[in-house]
Amino acid sequence: MQDFAQSFYLAGQLLISGDPELGEVVALSLRVTASALAISALIGLPLGALLAVARFQGRTALTVLANALMGLPPVVVGLTVYMLLSNAGPLGVLQLLYTPTAMIIAQSILITPIIIALTRQVIADLNAEYSETFRSLVVPGHTAIIALLWDARFSILTVLLAGFGRAIAEVGAVMIVGGNINHVTRVMTTAIALETSRGELALALALGMVLLLIALSVNGAVSLLKGVDRSTAHA
Amino acid sequence: MPEILSFPTRTEHTPSKVPSPMPLSVRHLAFQAGHTSILKGVDLDLETDALTVLMGPNGAGKSVLLRLLHGLLAPSFGEVRWNGLPLDKSLRRQQALVFQKPVLLRRSVRANLSFALGLRPVPNRAEKLAHALATAGLEHLSKRQARVLSGGEQQRLALARALILDPKVLMLDEPTANLDPASTLFIEQAIASARRRGVKVILVTHDQHQARRLGEEVVFLHDGKITEHSDAESFFDSPKSAAARAYLSGDILV
Repeated sequence: MQDFAQSFYLAGQLLISGDPELGEVVALSLRVTASALAISALIGLPLGALLAVARFQGRTALTVLANALMGLPPVVVGLTVYMLLSNAGPLGVLQLLYTPTAMIIAQSILITPIIIALTRQVIADLNAEYSETFRSLVVPGHTAIIALLWDARFSILTVLLAGFGRAIAEVGAVMIVGGNINHVTRVMTTAIALETSRGELALALALGMVLLLIALSVNGAVSLLKGVDRSTAHA
Repeated sequence: MPEILSFPTRTEHTPSKVPSPMPLSVRHLAFQAGHTSILKGVDLDLETDALTVLMGPNGAGKSVLLRLLHGLLAPSFGEVRWNGLPLDKSLRRQQALVFQKPVLLRRSVRANLSFALGLRPVPNRAEKLAHALATAGLEHLSKRQARVLSGGEQQRLALARALILDPKVLMLDEPTANLDPASTLFIEQAIASARRRGVKVILVTHDQHQARRLGEEVVFLHDGKITEHSDAESFFDSPKSAAARAYLSGDILV
């Protein structure tokens, strides 16, 4: 119990004092995860919507694959990206290993299936409602997909949040491809892992609390946004 | 003095004998859902520019026929031809369908109409949008989310969205079911107004009073077949088929 109390105290101190090292780690965590999320959204949203709306051969197989890949083990992703980016690997020439870019790639691979699978479900549900009207209005396929994504935007935000949560809390893959190098690739989760291994449990827990605070803030911001939309609906 | 509005009457628009802008020809049309035959070989010609009412008891196949005419369902057998041509996207773009339960986009009233306008190369968009809002009596609600409107307002918006693209054929599937008399009146007046502009209307309704008020010709369906097709006056005054007679006298048809 003492550890917890000490951790709360420490977390508060770290936040109030504006510890520059903590700021650096938090900023890098956010930058890596936001970049991975942006890439995954660019790929996952249209692909998920396409899987929901289009009828083509292999659609069911792709849906099953996307659903299955939601449970990709991070260490396996990390190891694969490591092998691709290492000097002996096919992409070694890019010299990306142990850089934030490698971490972004690993996180993108991890969360893209989540974005695809959840977007497919959200859009399929909305399309079940819209499809007859769209067919009656002879809405072209690409217009229908854009309209569905736009009208489902608040559910899509929740999908993105799920991706964000998975990416920012991820440790295995970023540890392997980032290397947890101080001032270069150290993010919240790898810092927590390091402090835990050093026996600095209170500091590790304090960092965990800061991570939790970030997750809560992002969720709160999205809820606020949804609330604004609901209130304007009755304006 | 409160303004007293009256429902449109058939005498307000003379039954039209002019050729339809899009004559319809249906041959041997059948539709099967699983092991159930919904339509059993329907033949139908709608060649004049009249308001056609599709009537019949529940399960007669009226809504399915309407969806087949609009191409939302593919027939199990037979064919639908508009202007002598099989139904394709270009023909469907000249038609509009209003469903019993309006499906509106999760957007504002104005955005719902803009979306429809954006689907075709329409000149004077802003003017058309303003006119549609005014005609539907939704100007003051233009910024409101469509889904928070009342049932009557939603159906008015759905009808305005259907009419904003100037269809040659307007199909309506029980558009006033569950609406109050004021909303029903508004919808009926909008339908009558579309008729006066020369729009061919096909209306599915259970409401005999509505069919009498609006219908110029009636197609009566029973058990997946057309049992009667005549002008509205003769249908209501002296129905020829036993099924239609029983239906009009309030008997339960199975």
